Amino acid sequence: MSKILDTLRYSKDHEWVRIDGDKAYVGITDHAQDELGEIVFVELPPLGERYQKDEEISSVESVKAASPIINPIEGVVLEANEDLDGSPELINEDCYANHLYVLGSFSQEDYDALMDSSEYASYLASL
Amino acid sequence: MIYPYIPHTDEDRAHMLEALGLSSIDQLFEVVGEDLLLEDSVPIAHRRTEDEVQRMIDSIAQRNIRGIPFLGGGCYDHIIPSTVKALSSLPSFVTAYTPYQAEMSQGLLQAIFEFQSMICEITTMDIANASLYDGAHAVVEAALLMVSAKRGAKKVLVSETIHPFSLKALKTWALGSEYEIILIEEVDGVSDLSSLPLTDDVGGLIVQSPNRYGFIEDYTAIAEQIHEHKALFAISSDPLSLAIQKTPGQWGADIAIGDTQSLGLSLAFGGPTCGYMAVKQPLLRRIPGRLVGMTSDREGRRGFTLTLQAREQHIKRERATSNICSNQALAALMTTIHLSSLGWAGMVEAAQQSYAKAHYLAHHLSQLPGLYVLNAHPFWCEFPIVFTDAKRMRKFLQELRNEGIFAGIRLSALTRRAEDELVLLVAVTEKRSREELELYIAGAQRVMK
Repeated sequence: MSKILDTLRYSKDHEWVRIDGDKAYVGITDHAQDELGEIVFVELPPLGERYQKDEEISSVESVKAASPIINPIEGVVLEANEDLDGSPELINEDCYANHLYVLGSFSQEDYDALMDSSEYASYLASL
Repeated sequence: MIYPYIPHTDEDRAHMLEALGLSSIDQLFEVVGEDLLLEDSVPIAHRRTEDEVQRMIDSIAQRNIRGIPFLGGGCYDHIIPSTVKALSSLPSFVTAYTPYQAEMSQGLLQAIFEFQSMICEITTMDIANASLYDGAHAVVEAALLMVSAKRGAKKVLVSETIHPFSLKALKTWALGSEYEIILIEEVDGVSDLSSLPLTDDVGGLIVQSPNRYGFIEDYTAIAEQIHEHKALFAISSDPLSLAIQKTPGQWGADIAIGDTQSLGLSLAFGGPTCGYMAVKQPLLRRIPGRLVGMTSDREGRRGFTLTLQAREQHIKRERATSNICSNQALAALMTTIHLSSLGWAGMVEAAQQSYAKAHYLAHHLSQLPGLYVLNAHPFWCEFPIVFTDAKRMRKFLQELRNEGIFAGIRLSALTRRAEDELVLLVAVTEKRSREELELYIAGAQRVMK
């Protein structure tokens, strides 16, 4: 059973979003990291660029696959989680404590349209 | 002995047809559209034995004229130590293909790893791949990398002075794709980099030095300018020239590309050769092609393995940076053996001698009437000479050929441009002896006096 946190919102591409003031933290869900297996590389997005919702923003490589990260809400990349550069396995260890990147000037509308934890749980059950 | 070189007997064929439930070979090919089938058989004489065919081909080969080559244009007659042929023809190496059951072939993987290390050292770059098909292919892959590495990139700037064949390959590859090739014009035989159209949708710039005329180009402050626009800078070079000229790494390039023909590959009518590509660390996940890494096994012993395969098409599918899943294994091996035999000092010597001998010949030719040596820019082992009229150029080529000298290649044969009709590209390598140079000079003096 995948771990799902009540405090986050989720996309169908298995990304989570957490709002903290005027910043939106984006990461991948427990289900995603479990499907990928041992993560060996995280490509971080370039800073200062604006990305649309559903736009491919970066990628995550595991020992068995390379998967695109689909940006869940529109916004400008403020920070990328540099810790992942040398230690991509942090995502496997705790995918909710280790975000991929932080968006500013993000779309509240896109955020509101994401699934809450119970919706995401039933979405996972439907897969 | 009369021996058919197709080993199937009529009886064998009858057996095979029977097993397939067919009455004739024609029936087997019925699935091929009628318009694609040859109505008559292939126009080759029937019923020749292997020995007869061998003799026939030998007699055609005898018609080749052997001469002293001063020919270049991308393919050069350098000295190749006998170790190259001796070692590369070992049965365990003679499969011109990338290893698929890769880790079974530790020897070949080690050779590729050495190749990568040598290319890094020569270009002063961080990471080299296991090789590409040839220099033109390397240019194409550099362009693909440029548009994939920068978000929103839709254009690649390419200097007009790169090899015409590379340009042709690039234009073919770009057909129907989502990016556009923008040509950067030349001035006096070198790239005009004074006002690069570096808009936001430009992924990078590709240049070549020595360029299509043999000239060494100056890239001062170009890398900085390109990087300001988050674009990439690629320099294509004859790798042997890098023993004595400023390297792509030293110019600040992100991508170094070229063809290793000058490092141990014979002329062989222009191919097959071997492409190389090396990049700076930030492009590690984007470099196309196979990469061999060094590691240690469970017992701590050194081993070699294919690595970072998530970049490649068999894993990343349509999102891969390139569709190359192979390398130019045998040719890359030849280059590796060549470089191992020469060593760094030998490579520098070959490059310096090529330079000195080319300049010696250029100096003597520049004394002659009826032609002039284009020397507005520094050159290495190849230089253009321009004749005052077509008749003298023809006579020059014909008479030197009569004396056993291939005096050069017509630039127009490469570029297909009318304005290049009177230009001859002359290449001189370390292999040309003093006597051969004097023979050329004496012949030229007789024709042009």
